[in-house]
Amino acid sequence: MEIKVYHQILDWNEDVSGQVKETLKKHHTILINIMGSPGAGKTSLLKELIQALRNKYSLGVIEGDITTSIDAKTMADLGIPSVELNTDGACHIEAMSIQKILPEFDLDQIDVLFVENIGNLVCPAEFDIGETMRMTILSIPEGDDKVVKYPLMFTETDCLIINKADVLPYFDFDLDRVQKDYQGVNPGAPAFVVSAKDKSGIDALSNYLKEKIDALL
Amino acid sequence: MHEMEITSHILKETLEIAKKHHAKKIKKITLALGPFCGFVPECIQMYMDVISQGTMAQDVQIIAKTIPLKIRCNTCQKEAEIDRLHIECPYCHSTNLKRLSGNECMIESIEVE
Repeated sequence: MEIKVYHQILDWNEDVSGQVKETLKKHHTILINIMGSPGAGKTSLLKELIQALRNKYSLGVIEGDITTSIDAKTMADLGIPSVELNTDGACHIEAMSIQKILPEFDLDQIDVLFVENIGNLVCPAEFDIGETMRMTILSIPEGDDKVVKYPLMFTETDCLIINKADVLPYFDFDLDRVQKDYQGVNPGAPAFVVSAKDKSGIDALSNYLKEKIDALL
Repeated sequence: MHEMEITSHILKETLEIAKKHHAKKIKKITLALGPFCGFVPECIQMYMDVISQGTMAQDVQIIAKTIPLKIRCNTCQKEAEIDRLHIECPYCHSTNLKRLSGNECMIESIEVE
């Protein structure tokens, strides 16, 4: 006997992400989901963004890590409320984990809560965690073919940040190709070329974020 | 690698449905997946083989159907089915598109006895 079901399997995650969104809205908190490969520079860039934004907004960080708390310690050293979220082997963060961790923060005191997702160019793009906006980071050494190889990560994002611009002269990385591929899968979305190391492009990126945050708050 | 969670969810859900229909065994589970859903049917099968042991879904066969990637062009307003590697309007070649389908991950039906 065949039983017709027609049930969306990701519903469970979407229901919870809806609840996370409601909670955040109630407290006027924006959740920014930062995604990218291991080593793309998510933590280094986040440190720069914190310095650029901390005078204007009160910030918080959820550090996703598979097992360690190295990144959470880095954030705590900056004096930013941060909680580590160990996924214990899982390759992405889900809305359920965010829902569980939100009570760790005094959300009334936080304007912007950053989530540093697990370093991975595939899985995090598939799970809505209740975020207000998404940022995808790609670094020059990863290669210029990543947008076509991992389209979802670049389609399901509000902006692309191409990091490690300082090493561009040493790699066969076609910046125009990446921009073109990105516009192909995510028309009209902005891209920023930055270096968390020499700070180039950080101003333009933080100005864009300020505009976005002001419009959303 | 992230199929484990989705597989345990599929198992839980299909066991409940089968129980409701007083079935003794689940033989097939048909999934409908969009090209952007990012789940690999072979991985779902592999995890299912392990976690379904001892349940009425033991030895169940996973069948995956693909849902087409549909878009509406914001430039010429036409709708079309496109390939995920060529994200452009087949009529006017605009890349200003709205995606209508493509991320689905659905349990379409189950076959029980």
